[in-house]
Amino acid sequence: MQQSASEASPNDHMRDGKLVTADGRPLKASLKTAERRRKIIAFAFVSPLLLFLIVSFIVPIGQMMWRSVDNPTIINTLPRTLEAMQDWDGQDVPDEPVFAALREDLAIAQENRRVGPLAVRLNYEISAARGAFTRTARTVADMEPPYKEQFLDAHRLWGNPDIYQIIKREGRPLTASYYVAATDRRYAADGSIEMRAEHQRIYMNLFGRTFAMSAVILVLTMLLGFPIAFWMAHLPMRYANLLMIMVLLPFWTSLLVRTTSWIVLLQQQGVINSSLVNLGIIDTGNRLSLMYNMTGTIIAMTHILLPFMVLPLYSVMKTIPPSYLRAARSLGANNWTAFWRVYVPQTLPGIGAGGVLVFIISIGYYITPALVGGQSGRMISNMIAYHMQTSLNWGLAAALGSMLLISVLILYWAYNKLVGADIKLG
Amino acid sequence: MEHVDNSDPYVVFDRVQKTYDGEELVVKDLNLAIDKGEFLTMLGPSGSGKTTCLMMLAGFETATFGEILIDGKPINNIPPHKRGIGMVFQNYALFPHMTIGENLGFPLEVRGMGKSEREEKIKRALAMVQMENFIGRRPAQLSGGQQQRVALARALVFEPELVLMDEPLGALDKNLRESMQYEIKHLHEQLGVTVVYVTHDQTEALTMSDRIAVFDDGRIQQLAKPADLYERPENAFVAQFIGENNKMNGTVEAVNGDYADVKLADGSLVKALRVNVGDVGERTTLSLRPERAFMIDGKATPENSFEARVEELIYLGDHIRSRLSICGTSDFIMKLPNAADQHIVSEGQSIRVGWSQEDCRALDA
Repeated sequence: MQQSASEASPNDHMRDGKLVTADGRPLKASLKTAERRRKIIAFAFVSPLLLFLIVSFIVPIGQMMWRSVDNPTIINTLPRTLEAMQDWDGQDVPDEPVFAALREDLAIAQENRRVGPLAVRLNYEISAARGAFTRTARTVADMEPPYKEQFLDAHRLWGNPDIYQIIKREGRPLTASYYVAATDRRYAADGSIEMRAEHQRIYMNLFGRTFAMSAVILVLTMLLGFPIAFWMAHLPMRYANLLMIMVLLPFWTSLLVRTTSWIVLLQQQGVINSSLVNLGIIDTGNRLSLMYNMTGTIIAMTHILLPFMVLPLYSVMKTIPPSYLRAARSLGANNWTAFWRVYVPQTLPGIGAGGVLVFIISIGYYITPALVGGQSGRMISNMIAYHMQTSLNWGLAAALGSMLLISVLILYWAYNKLVGADIKLG
Repeated sequence: MEHVDNSDPYVVFDRVQKTYDGEELVVKDLNLAIDKGEFLTMLGPSGSGKTTCLMMLAGFETATFGEILIDGKPINNIPPHKRGIGMVFQNYALFPHMTIGENLGFPLEVRGMGKSEREEKIKRALAMVQMENFIGRRPAQLSGGQQQRVALARALVFEPELVLMDEPLGALDKNLRESMQYEIKHLHEQLGVTVVYVTHDQTEALTMSDRIAVFDDGRIQQLAKPADLYERPENAFVAQFIGENNKMNGTVEAVNGDYADVKLADGSLVKALRVNVGDVGERTTLSLRPERAFMIDGKATPENSFEARVEELIYLGDHIRSRLSICGTSDFIMKLPNAADQHIVSEGQSIRVGWSQEDCRALDA
């Protein structure tokens, strides 16, 4: 382009060494004006979707990530206590001024009905906190100074210096404690962070299991999906369509219906076990446990996620001309060499896209593990759901969710680095 | 004519038939013998069975009946990768995930050739098509013509005796196609390999081939040298398919040895060479090349001479194409040479046009 500008013929319009239109406007500005209308129209078309995505996706995800570090309860409910604790040595039970401030905070909180959330929040950190706060808050109105003794009498927790350390540590607007808990760590007595005892670790093991199960599901969908996609791409149209319908069938049936049929098939008294017993392959005492465990989750999820592997593979295979295989064979490669050296490398974008899709969907999968997973087939999303719905520890759920989200992003980034291609679908 | 009298042909199709659906034959009783070192072109419209023949020879399709032999050995049961035939495809079929060097190395590698020997051969093959500098590139980085050269080099790098080409120049533009035609022709002469070439482009076929087999309707209509094919077509299809042709339908009126008198629809009587026609009363198609008809200016006295009206003149530089009404047809084409002494004619003018009975061929109806 530069060359042609410097060698511009006398017919080209030039001003100050730049190309201009016939009326003297710079060419670039003119192009911009001409394109602007088109851009505005294009933007107007996508703006409803953009708005929808912002409202329904980006804002909630930001909210979730914010909630995993957000910590307003203590600082808002116990401001005087926190101020009084500034001089506290952090070792023993604090002195009278702290209790005076605590009494005043609790009295106000009791009036504003804010003791409950505070008690719940502190109970995440130390298990007796809920009882101590709710019970003491009911009596603070009748307390007379000095308060320390009365507090110590009201609940045994007030004699434990840990609660004051926790109040001081968590008396800040942001907290790391949810992430500390989500990574199976805890605060030691001296304030440092340490791993929990082996038998208390839940989340990291669950993350590990989730990733391992997703990897198994990924490999299974790949092994099962590749031949189907291959035949779909190479059979005559009517057979290919039949196969396509069979692959898409799972999409058209309700997840619950499908899962129910898995239960019918896989349970201990189910079709598969009964058939095996009737055929004499196993005796009735040794019925296989195919569900309510990891096996059940893997079987059901492989089935559900198979189309996500088959469709990208199929769309890539469809574009590989048969002449490549013919060329390879005419050049002296036998069937297997031609397939392995020429065909398979060309399906890599499909394998990559399908693999990333299946893996990412399966590490966040919730409903199937919940229905057929039992105890050993549960995945991290089930734990997140538990904290959302049952324990109501949203901060911890948000921390776990954020960790899941970040690991998905890291995976996707790694995939892009390795394969360097955009995800291809359909 | 279909059987070539040669004691030792290299490739033989012996009564080969092929059907895909069991109802229709796409190749009907094909007999063809190709000599070693020959450049044979299968020419025909699409659906004429020429590509099917090539695919049977390469081993990607099996003959329903009949036998194909290479060097005297039947190959029906030999899989494609053991036939040792080089092949160039219409879309080049260069492996997109391999560099040019790796593409050329592939046939050598699967034959278990060592690295140094491989590199030597790759370099030589690329030099042959002037592509040495592209050894590290990927096919997508090359232009169509360059990809075609590489595909050619890949089909030749393992030194096959027989090379098949399936419309290899179909995707190139006109100028590139012409220069590649010469290049392929010269490579063939230089290496002495046997080439079977499939195309539907008659110019391509005439330029490159030693012999051309014209396919139509699953049969070889004529197998001949390029000049014979143009000058001496044996049936109406070949006459019409190769080059420009004036076609006139009529009935044989009388037979005089090698010649026949043919009565056309409008009653005019044309003397023609009896090539492929039966006895008196049979229908026939007369074929006359446009450049063999001429204006009669008094001196010449050809066997055939008729009154014609000039309908249209198209100036083409070296000659003037004129469309005439003559003998009951209005799309008779004659080429008027653009010479200094040529009469100037104008549209609407009546002229006298004639041709020799030698040049007018009476073919099948």
